[in-house]
Amino acid sequence: MIRDKVAIIGMGCTKFGERWDAGFEDLAVEAFNEALDDAGIEAKDVQAAWLATCFDEVMCGKSALPLSTTLKLPFIPVTRVENFCASGSEALRGAVYAVASGACDVALAIGVEKLKDTGYGGLPEFGTVMGTKNRLIYPNITAPGSFAMLATKYFSEYGLSPEKGREILARISVKSHYNGSLNPKAHLRRKVTVEDVLKAPIIAWPLSLYDCCGVSDGAAAAVVVRAEDAKKYRDDAVYVKALQIATSPGEELLYKWDGVHIETTVRAAQRAYKEASIENPRKEIDLLELHDCFSITELVTYEDIGISKRGEAWKDVEDGFFELNGEIPCQTDGGLKCFGHPIGASGLRMVYEIYKQLQGKAGKRQIEDPRIGLTHNLGGFPAMSVAAVCIFGVDKEW
Amino acid sequence: MVGIESLSVYIPTYRLDRKEVFDAIGWIGRNFLPGEKAVANHDEDSITMAVTAAMECLKGSVDAVFFASITMPYKERQNAEIIATALDLDSGVVTADFTGSTKAVTTALISALNYVKAGKAEKVLVCASDCRLGKAGSYQEMAFGDGAAAVVVGKDKLATMDSYYSVSYDFMDNWRTDEEKLPHSWEDRWIREEGYTKFIAESISGLMEREGLKTEDITKVCYPCVYLRDHPKIALSVGFKLEQIQDPMFTVLGNTGNAYPLMLLAAALEVSNTGDKIVVASYGSGSDAILITSKNKVEFSRKLRRKKKMSYEKYIAYRNMIPIEKGLRGEEVAPTAISVLWRNRREILALVGSKCKECGVPQYPAQRVCVACGSQEMEPYRFADKKGKIFSFTEDHLAFSMNPPAIYGIIEFEGGGRYWFDITDCEAGELKVGMPVRMVFRRKDFDERRGVYNYFWKAAPEVEQ
Repeated sequence: MIRDKVAIIGMGCTKFGERWDAGFEDLAVEAFNEALDDAGIEAKDVQAAWLATCFDEVMCGKSALPLSTTLKLPFIPVTRVENFCASGSEALRGAVYAVASGACDVALAIGVEKLKDTGYGGLPEFGTVMGTKNRLIYPNITAPGSFAMLATKYFSEYGLSPEKGREILARISVKSHYNGSLNPKAHLRRKVTVEDVLKAPIIAWPLSLYDCCGVSDGAAAAVVVRAEDAKKYRDDAVYVKALQIATSPGEELLYKWDGVHIETTVRAAQRAYKEASIENPRKEIDLLELHDCFSITELVTYEDIGISKRGEAWKDVEDGFFELNGEIPCQTDGGLKCFGHPIGASGLRMVYEIYKQLQGKAGKRQIEDPRIGLTHNLGGFPAMSVAAVCIFGVDKEW
Repeated sequence: MVGIESLSVYIPTYRLDRKEVFDAIGWIGRNFLPGEKAVANHDEDSITMAVTAAMECLKGSVDAVFFASITMPYKERQNAEIIATALDLDSGVVTADFTGSTKAVTTALISALNYVKAGKAEKVLVCASDCRLGKAGSYQEMAFGDGAAAVVVGKDKLATMDSYYSVSYDFMDNWRTDEEKLPHSWEDRWIREEGYTKFIAESISGLMEREGLKTEDITKVCYPCVYLRDHPKIALSVGFKLEQIQDPMFTVLGNTGNAYPLMLLAAALEVSNTGDKIVVASYGSGSDAILITSKNKVEFSRKLRRKKKMSYEKYIAYRNMIPIEKGLRGEEVAPTAISVLWRNRREILALVGSKCKECGVPQYPAQRVCVACGSQEMEPYRFADKKGKIFSFTEDHLAFSMNPPAIYGIIEFEGGGRYWFDITDCEAGELKVGMPVRMVFRRKDFDERRGVYNYFWKAAPEVEQ
């Protein structure tokens, strides 16, 4: 149980976007500086660090050296972690467990991703990064395509016509675009309408351009200490209530799965609720930062984390349940959809938003007095994934 | 008696309207040909088409695999052995490529016949397949069709192979050196008068004479069409009547090279009665004529029914005749690790996964630990011949495809097991969850740097019967 053992005392996050001006080093320094300033500490105070990057091949290269040499970290242990799009949560897990164990007192988790040097849209081509055997047997798959299959199946399973299904998904994106318009650090800040989404070019049927998140450059960082030390640094530290990761054993793709949910999310959420002593998430959670790499992912995640009933999340969407002024605001910062998705940074960017909201520092998008926030960070494909579900709170006990 | 056990024909789904070629490159007006021709999809070649034909006619094992084609994808790496591996045949099989002319198919058949007759083999699989190119707008481009056929030579379940007669000439109608992609050809009038109309007549009449047969003893005479007007003249010159000549299907399929004689034979056998005598001849560097007696029918004409149009622009792009924009993403083809391909050859080329010995659940790719029960006792299990249905799918406009959008999905196999595969021979808007599919052997990609055509299995919508 990690509940209430660790506190976040400082966070930083760069502006996300097509940062033609910035490389890995620039992004890392930008997020690191903000996190140190926010925590009121200096670089030399950091005793251990975890770096999350996913596509190291197309940016900084392997190992943790790109981070330690960029930040000039003084011979401390630095570890690079990678677990697809859930890498950011892995970095946080390393730092949180390190301080909780007493191995060190102040640890840094930082996620950095520089994607826009590939020369093409979308994530780096999977054919080259999935291993020597998979490249011979994987279909010509992309991230939007792999999640589009979730939408195809969802529509078919719940009897939604493509038109109806696409309209529900469009509402999810419209909401995130609105929230993103209020966030100065977001990659995409333009409001869109349902019609805009439906008329946009198809990327992978049934998903259009506006069903897909931004492919962005960016970095985010968190400084963690043991909970009992938090007050030394600040009064409004944010406490880790749960941090759970679930990884597919392969059964979804190869053996049994309904194709309309993500099993790792279900498993991680169940364990996280237990860890955080949450019995009724729909009543107890105040805001959500979900891994909305695609609108359909957000839709099924509402169900997978037990906020909406199976097959009925679309009704909550139609009711505006997840909008900024709804029951449980979701993606208050625009989410992956509009804040953007620099892979290694995303898990920590979600925490950044929860942290700012819980501290009441979220600016124009601030919601009213939130106490408990949840992040959901998903890596891989719906059929084969890594899911991290973390819960954060302002009070050490509640 | 020694003969043909089974025969199957593979006709690719797509057709190219010759008028499109004429309209695009119309200055060669004198070469205008009517009708259409069968064309391989962008992910097909002579090997993949041969595997598809062989999958249908092969039940069980064979002692040898002969492959006849003048469009072998590999100059070095035996093409017949790729076919044998895709068919998951035992390594004890004898394999050979027959090539150099469009009569390689009948030479392979004759060799198989003699091999079986000599008692050296019980069954020989002969695959014939071609996917020929001509210069854009040329007569050859309009005439050549793509397709494959396969026969199992062994017992005479389908037909007996009674006799054969060969003539061989170094006749340079079409030729191509080892470094050339497109053929050269000499003047049409000379080809017609000195070669085409003479060699086939010579092999057929030679066969008849030696066997003491009269034209009225023969039900059907089958031979390739190279020139529409001259085609019937050949048989007429030997003394056959017009109705004895097998329709060469030149305006619906084109001249399918090494597959052609077997396609014509299949068409003839489909409407034959037991005891009917059929002469099938090839053409190319001479001619082989084979005498066949029908015992049973084969299915053929149904295969002509399913067809889709392919535009001329797509056709020449697929054949790499014009450079096309692949985008920076499309250019990223990962280098092939040959040792990985070797280690996993049954898994990749034959689509062999595993089945748990404890709980019986089939799984692809082959698992070391059972995904259902955790047992480590697994046995090989082939998926290539299993029917499947679409669990889910997408049409992906981001992924590079020669025929965008790239279509792929998760396929559930009858009897258990599922995996994701590219889906081919279909266009956007045609698929639905639950649709039946079959697995087809196709080119996955081309690793240009290392010169490797990567083959794998794709799903194709099941053709409505």
